[in-house]
Amino acid sequence: MASMSKMSIEVAGLGKEYHIGGPQKSYYRLTDQLVDMATAPFRRAGKLLRGQARSAADLDQAIWAVKDVSFQIKAGEVVGIIGRNGAGKSTLLKILSGITDPTEGYADLYGRVGSLLEVGTGFHPELTGRENILLYGAILGMKKAEIERKLDEIVAFAEIDKFLDTPVKHYSSGMYVRLAFSVAAHLEPEILLVDEVLAVGDMAFQRKCLGKMDDVAQAGRTVLFVSHNMGVLQQLCERGIFLQQGTVHTDGTITEAVDAYLQTLEQVKSQDLSKRTDRKGRGQVRLVGTEVTNHSSESSSNLKTGHPARFVFCVNGIVPGMGCNFFIYDTIGQPITSFQSKVRGPEDTNNPNAGLKFVCELDELLLLPGRYRIDVAIVGDNLLQDFIEAAAVFEVAEGQVRGRPSPPDGKFSVSMSHRWTIPTR
Amino acid sequence: MDNIKRQPGGIPELSEQDFIPAAPGNLLRTRRQPSKGWAWPKFRELWEYRELLFFFVWRDIKVRYRQTVMGVLWAIIQPIFTMVIFSLFFGRLAKVPSDGLPYPIFSYAALVPWTFFATALTQASNSLVLSANMVKKIYFPRLTMPIATVLAGVIDFVLAFVVLLGMMLFYGLLPTINVLWLPFFLLLALITSLGVSLWLSAMNVQFRDVQYTIPFLTQAWLFVTPIAYPSSLLPEPWRTLYGLNPMAGVVEGFRWALLGTNTAPGPMTLVSAVVALTLFISGAFYFRRMEQGFADVL
Repeated sequence: MASMSKMSIEVAGLGKEYHIGGPQKSYYRLTDQLVDMATAPFRRAGKLLRGQARSAADLDQAIWAVKDVSFQIKAGEVVGIIGRNGAGKSTLLKILSGITDPTEGYADLYGRVGSLLEVGTGFHPELTGRENILLYGAILGMKKAEIERKLDEIVAFAEIDKFLDTPVKHYSSGMYVRLAFSVAAHLEPEILLVDEVLAVGDMAFQRKCLGKMDDVAQAGRTVLFVSHNMGVLQQLCERGIFLQQGTVHTDGTITEAVDAYLQTLEQVKSQDLSKRTDRKGRGQVRLVGTEVTNHSSESSSNLKTGHPARFVFCVNGIVPGMGCNFFIYDTIGQPITSFQSKVRGPEDTNNPNAGLKFVCELDELLLLPGRYRIDVAIVGDNLLQDFIEAAAVFEVAEGQVRGRPSPPDGKFSVSMSHRWTIPTR
Repeated sequence: MDNIKRQPGGIPELSEQDFIPAAPGNLLRTRRQPSKGWAWPKFRELWEYRELLFFFVWRDIKVRYRQTVMGVLWAIIQPIFTMVIFSLFFGRLAKVPSDGLPYPIFSYAALVPWTFFATALTQASNSLVLSANMVKKIYFPRLTMPIATVLAGVIDFVLAFVVLLGMMLFYGLLPTINVLWLPFFLLLALITSLGVSLWLSAMNVQFRDVQYTIPFLTQAWLFVTPIAYPSSLLPEPWRTLYGLNPMAGVVEGFRWALLGTNTAPGPMTLVSAVVALTLFISGAFYFRRMEQGFADVL
């Protein structure tokens, strides 16, 4: 193990303020809108001249994406960064990697910094795999001789040897991730910053990447890792920093951080969905309500293993090609299963006069007793429109799957209807 | 574990947001902190990333004419067609004087550096906006982006220049000893292009209005540069003042160095050189001032 005394990252009082658009105006008449459009350039120019805004994107409202964040990380530590959407995880990594400057405070980084914040940015689709390795390596700050020396290793790790001289526009998304991660990991930085990028690859490669990150850490290098996958985080990290609304909520062992995070996820459930701001997506439509019932009686939310369940998602508008996806997670944040309305089945009903609700009905809920949360994504117009973590939390009570009680072992989440036979000899 | 030492009196000042050798294991310390106001352009960092600059140039050249039928011929089609049109309308119809040279070569010799400049300005001004994704997700010296785009145009310039040499042979014009000055005028063209590109690319990030003014700007600039007509049309005090347009100095210098026109380097050239350098230095400072906001605004 590397010596744990050397400082690797020191962050003090770090803050980042963003200027975002003011509240959306609503126009009652077309003439109002036209007048506003016509006068807007003069208003904006006036603002610029008076020094109230520095660019066309500067408007009235300011938010602190990161505020008063301080921590120290020693060389060789693997730290997981946890938090809900908009908690400041990505902003923190952007500041650390130098993409954007903080508004206040500072961060000192010791040694070379390699970052992988998004897969494939920096790749040029028209160039071949080999050419992109050279280009991407140079973007990450590697010298040409160094990249060429490691080329074979990078290619072998990414498992793309057959496609090395194919333009990457013909690559699958999995190959993209593999190549990007491979180049970044072989940079041998003293500090590796990884945003949630591994989610794209297949399981086998994810495991391989985690192994590589472990190697990086064993070699005394520091890894900062953002993920929503609590299982992976707990596997990989010793320490966790849980960010909430831009500030450090918990800084401790990864278990402490994950626990704190999951607790607050459950708390947000009581919040009114339409008031939540920790959401992603375009926002032409928003999820405004969810309802989890056991189908038979409208009011009860008492779900039982093996019994029917009904998930209702209310939205505030309609866009073309709208769909609803939701994902079920268990209490330790492991993903259990997903539902996607656009993947059609023969029993689906399609109403041409679609309303503002998506209803998903299950005849048999195959979840074992316990607490679960659901993350909901609304897609439409070929874009992610809305994404909310922990849009609802529900409890499943003891029940029977086709007459069979759930097995008593607590560590599993799913029960399947099945039958045993003991064939005669 | 959280005994963060907050320095009394706020954040300790570092001279530059740069690499400072520090105690732990002699690793380089990089400090991320707010940068406000004017600061020195990051030329040192640019030098450290010179291989990246080279790669960007190489990439731009490699993909510039992908999926076009005419391919690299576009590099010479543009100036040649402009020359044909100028020769017909200004040379033949309007009988614009051409310093005693055949009008086609008179205008083409000016169009070669001009096309380099106009292409550089058009492409570089969009360079950061087009790579918004990269700027937002990866750190690399932002200066490399517009500079590489300008440098990639050098290939086009060389091709158009070869055509110019062919035309000189055709007209039986041999360069004089003046040709030794040519590198100076090439450098002047390059510095002018870089200066304008730094200004426009950084401005375009903040104000997309810029990209709508580019076609208009290049067209206007084309006519205030002595390309279709000679600067000898102007009497002397005005001719020196004409150098305020650095491309005027470049174009007349080119003609003198290659074709032996009566426009030897003089006060106008000096004015052009000073203006070009001013554009470049101020552009670099403006870029430095704006670059920390690029990722937030794009």
